[in-house]
Amino acid sequence: MIWDLHCHLNGIPGRTPDEKMARLIEVADRMQIERLVLFMGAPFLTAPTPEQFREQNDQVLQAISHWHHRAFGFVYLNPEYEQESLLELDRCVKDGPMTGIKLWVAKRCDSASVDAIVRRAIELKAVIYQHTWLKSTGNLDGESTPADLYALASRHPEASIICGHTGGNWELGIRTIRDLPHVSVDLGGGDPTAGLVEMAVRELGASRVLYGSDVAGRSFASQLGKVTAAEITPEEKQMILGQNLRRLMSPILQAKGVRL
Amino acid sequence: MIIDVNVSLSRWPNRRLPLDETSKLAATLMQNGVSQAWAGTFDGLLHNDLAAANKWLVDQCRSVDEKLLLPFGAVNLSLPAWEEDVRRCHEFHGMKGVRLLPGYHDYTLEDPRFRQLLSLLAETQMLLQIAVRQEDPRTQHRLLMTKDVDLKPLLTLLSDFSNLPVILLNAVTGSAVELHGQLAAAGNVYFDIATLEGLAGLERQVQSLPFGRLLFGSHSPFFAFDSAKLKLQESELPAQSTEQITHLNAVKILEELC
Repeated sequence: MIWDLHCHLNGIPGRTPDEKMARLIEVADRMQIERLVLFMGAPFLTAPTPEQFREQNDQVLQAISHWHHRAFGFVYLNPEYEQESLLELDRCVKDGPMTGIKLWVAKRCDSASVDAIVRRAIELKAVIYQHTWLKSTGNLDGESTPADLYALASRHPEASIICGHTGGNWELGIRTIRDLPHVSVDLGGGDPTAGLVEMAVRELGASRVLYGSDVAGRSFASQLGKVTAAEITPEEKQMILGQNLRRLMSPILQAKGVRL
Repeated sequence: MIIDVNVSLSRWPNRRLPLDETSKLAATLMQNGVSQAWAGTFDGLLHNDLAAANKWLVDQCRSVDEKLLLPFGAVNLSLPAWEEDVRRCHEFHGMKGVRLLPGYHDYTLEDPRFRQLLSLLAETQMLLQIAVRQEDPRTQHRLLMTKDVDLKPLLTLLSDFSNLPVILLNAVTGSAVELHGQLAAAGNVYFDIATLEGLAGLERQVQSLPFGRLLFGSHSPFFAFDSAKLKLQESELPAQSTEQITHLNAVKILEELC
């Protein structure tokens, strides 16, 4: 069972979300990927206005509308617009089919304005995916580091939070969030550097490690290869490739009456 | 059958890698159907005694299986008497080619010594590998920061060395697509797939580079080997084209050297 935590419509050939989604599923099938989590539309917008993030979320809603047996959506929000983000969270998650939240680079996540979003996510049992990077070349102004995520997650031990890209510089990312058991790491979106998965499993335990690809910027192949080639047990690979994500999303899926 | 044109032996400077023992790497390559791997050495990144590094590389290749691991010695054009390293790679070790790591050796391809190297390799009928990058700049150690190699000067030089096989390792990163097409058209230039990304990336890549210019490269053990191999599964390619990438193009390069 392979569930991919981290997929985008951006960069996939196609004139409409439906066409892009059909292509995404076609390629996912080649890799035996059963389920996909989508967030954000096309093009990528680093600091979307409320009107823009609603339009981006509409793209994802349309893309998954014919694929509820294969795909989930996370709602894209901008904490700079707290009230509008909370309304969008309700529209897409409480009243819609989405199961999680995506926060990208509009505002660093240690900001207090993210707290209201996280509190509402906890109420809805939604999973929170926060992009993180600690770039040797320097971060964007609003780009969160694993330390920013640590600050946020420490204030919300009941939340289910994913540290995007394992912090990019994953040796540092893993060390940073190690003692927060409610924080998992996303393996996607970086080069397939050998040793990443082994360190994550050793330091966090396999139950906190999630396969994600970050297609279409990345390939399924390069990111799956991190897991399949890792020197860990077959059981740990199964957890990382799908079982963990299924477990994390089970509360909200059950609340929505979704049967798997 | 796979010929992997992009593997390295020895230790990565700031991390132990799961396959950084030659015997472990060789076993993994064989388990994955690799019949030959063109091996450089990570020692070439920072060592100045490259004669010793290259001798070690040869010994390691022989310690496993000379048919499996084909050594490609490191040459640093910033070092005094670099020509002697080329000579030893050719005459002492019988290498098919050498590998440049310009990002770590502080020169550009505009450097006159690069043209001299091309002349030397053309005379001795050796091929050239250039590692355009080893690691994503965003994840590099802050004290070991390097930039990707600028390939534009190579385009000008190729008119004088159009038959010399030049393999650009870790070059395909989504940028400089137009330049890569120009390089392929101008000379005997090839690209490996280790850093190729994107949904069904090979299907997209052949829109700018013909199958005849793509080689299987894994960048193991720095990258997980499976990441390269699974790219062949993710894209639907004609069987003949897959074989070109996995081994036929590499075989052709070696045959033309003889």
